[in-house]
Amino acid sequence: MNTRILLRGSIRRRLIIQLLTGAALLASLMFLVVQNYARDLAGQSQDEILSASMTAILDSASVRNGDLTVDIPYFAFSMLGNISEDRVFYAITRNGAFLTGYPDLPKPVASSGIAPRFQTARYDGEEIRMATATRRLSVSGTPDFVEVTVAQTRYGLRQQLAGISQTVAGFGIGFFVIAAVFGILAAQSAIQPLRQLAGSVSRRGLSDLRPVSAPVPAEMESLVGALNGFMSRLKTSLSRSEDLIAEAAHRVRTPLTTVRTQAEITLRRVDKPENRQAVREMIRAIDESSRAAGQLLDHAMVSFRSDHLELEDIELTRLAQDAVSRLRPMAELRDIDLEIHVPNTAMTVKGDPILMQSALLNLLDNAIKYSPPDSCVHVVVRLKADEGEITVRDEGAGFPKADMGRLTRRFVRGGNTDAVVGSGLGLTIANEVARAHGGRLFLTNHSDKGGACASLSFPLA
Amino acid sequence: MRKLVFSIGLIFLALVPPAHAFEVENHISVGPADARRVLRVISTGDAEFFEPTLRDFLRDLPDVRIEYTVASSGEMMKALDEEGVDMDLAISIATDLQTKLVNDGEAQRYSSPTTERLPAWARWREHLFAFTQEPAAVVLSRKALAGLPLPENRQDLIALIRDNPERFQNKVGTYDIRTSGLGYLYATQDARTSETYWRLSEVMGSVGVRLYCCSSQMIDDVVSGELAMVYNVLGSYAREKSNTDDVIVLLPQDYTVVALRTAFIPRDSKSPELAGLMIDHLISRGWQAAPGAFSVLETDSWSDDTQALRRIRMGPGLLVYLDAFKKIAFLREWSSAVLQ
Repeated sequence: MNTRILLRGSIRRRLIIQLLTGAALLASLMFLVVQNYARDLAGQSQDEILSASMTAILDSASVRNGDLTVDIPYFAFSMLGNISEDRVFYAITRNGAFLTGYPDLPKPVASSGIAPRFQTARYDGEEIRMATATRRLSVSGTPDFVEVTVAQTRYGLRQQLAGISQTVAGFGIGFFVIAAVFGILAAQSAIQPLRQLAGSVSRRGLSDLRPVSAPVPAEMESLVGALNGFMSRLKTSLSRSEDLIAEAAHRVRTPLTTVRTQAEITLRRVDKPENRQAVREMIRAIDESSRAAGQLLDHAMVSFRSDHLELEDIELTRLAQDAVSRLRPMAELRDIDLEIHVPNTAMTVKGDPILMQSALLNLLDNAIKYSPPDSCVHVVVRLKADEGEITVRDEGAGFPKADMGRLTRRFVRGGNTDAVVGSGLGLTIANEVARAHGGRLFLTNHSDKGGACASLSFPLA
Repeated sequence: MRKLVFSIGLIFLALVPPAHAFEVENHISVGPADARRVLRVISTGDAEFFEPTLRDFLRDLPDVRIEYTVASSGEMMKALDEEGVDMDLAISIATDLQTKLVNDGEAQRYSSPTTERLPAWARWREHLFAFTQEPAAVVLSRKALAGLPLPENRQDLIALIRDNPERFQNKVGTYDIRTSGLGYLYATQDARTSETYWRLSEVMGSVGVRLYCCSSQMIDDVVSGELAMVYNVLGSYAREKSNTDDVIVLLPQDYTVVALRTAFIPRDSKSPELAGLMIDHLISRGWQAAPGAFSVLETDSWSDDTQALRRIRMGPGLLVYLDAFKKIAFLREWSSAVLQ
């Protein structure tokens, strides 16, 4: 029944992995984009302030008394110190000849325009950013080209970028964590309808094959459709096999009864002892196969019905009394007394009446079969804690000790039953019925008087 | 005895570096002659002024000797920048020259819990550390001022000299900023702050101002009565030397330029760890031993008027007046005002 279900992957896990991968990709992308943007921005602001400083110096260049003077304003450099603690270098040239500043500063790229030029270079072992511009002044009528370069190291920039990177990385991680939480929640809620469906199907009674009627998400329409279709086919097939069992029981039993009646009539007519013996053997064989057929069908019925219990309220006392009265003629035939002891209180259990009756009849039948003539079979109904128990005890040889453990298996018979007709299914049926109802079958031998003792117990409703 | 002399000679040979092209004003050795470790300090600070601090430092380090070389800030610049003289620590009052040396890559990085405690204005680039604040003070002779109102700011000084030229004739002193780095720094910062500086310079020039190289000489001359007033001298020296009733130390209330005495570890220092310890020592407690100095860790409680304090900001701005062009122009203007 419980075949192992092969598992491959998990929708939830796959969803989570996909969502997390997406979130991680987005977070990394955000990090890279913002960092790049910040780098551009920081570089731009350094260029701007270098440009402002350089322009201030250039503006201070003037011609006085026919000579060029450059009066570097204090703020030209102090403003560079405002934003970072970077090293500052500068160079001022006139017509290409060094005037003042740092003579070994890298030469700026040549340009004929007046727009500021920016470049990154190395100076004194460090990366520097340079801003340069040229301006034409007229000294005594001849043009003079003044070129000013202001350069700065890039610690401040790097520090700023490191700070931004850290912040952005924090944001990225935060984004990822939030996305991950939402992803996991989304995955959970996505498979929630599946779980609900599985839960509602597995909670159903064994014979409940109604179609699923609760609303499901559109994506599950085909699954639920298939499930409903499958259940309806199963229902059809089950009712068909139920019919078949009933039909088979009817068809096999009825002719056998006829054959047996005819054989008994024949027995009365036959006088020769050897012929009578043969007919008796025949009747015995017919009994045996009739019984076997009956029990086989009973067992099939039990197997089928156990899977689809139809529970009703069953009164154990009534059940026992019915069974005893049904078998009393057969017992009397063998001069066996059936004694029934019932309590005053009613004991109700939930059970399938056909199955429970079948189980009890099988036990009683066994008891009568294995009882010596002129003995008594006791049927006791009693309350035991929260269970109702029906015990059937005979005064026969009892169960063989060696076989006790396996008597409830199919087609297993005790070692001392050769002379008695039997299929080996009676105890199996009783046991399966008991278990299908959450009860048990106990087999013991009565301690002082001998005799087999079989008890069926069922939980009370 | 001869052996001892010989040993001392050897030590001397070993200690004294090859002849310097820069001018050494003074040199002292503090600590045992056979010390395992040597800390070579080049400083603008007077040896007598620094020695207690150095001894204080060595108390915990018995195996260290300090070679303390005194040079003017200009000579010190020459030694470190041009000659690449081997030093472990450079201490100077010329905040601008120190800043330039650091900017030009002559210093190495240093950081310690003590330097972390410094306010932001007292350190630059984790290379240059200020440990005292040095206000530019005016020192006046009480005797020369007898009967005159006590000046409080530069306007008062201008009025005082203008109204009493005979009392101040040849009796006013200030730095010769052509030779003194600190004088140049004070003067440029003055000029940057207020036009009053030029008027004062002209007035001082009109009474035949006498030019000096160093604060201590100026203060000595006020104490001895040779001078009636000196302008822009080191406030710390003034306070330390002026424990007489003859002298008034004035921090002008219009503004007082405050220079920072700073230290850095030269790039090629042989014992940067020791130099770092010395920096920590100077910052945290060493200077308390020296009277008249104001620690950078103190609040500005030493001044009556904190609003007037113009603390020199370390940074590239200080490079401006060190520019050759700018310096020539400034000295020209100063000369025309002072040397009439």
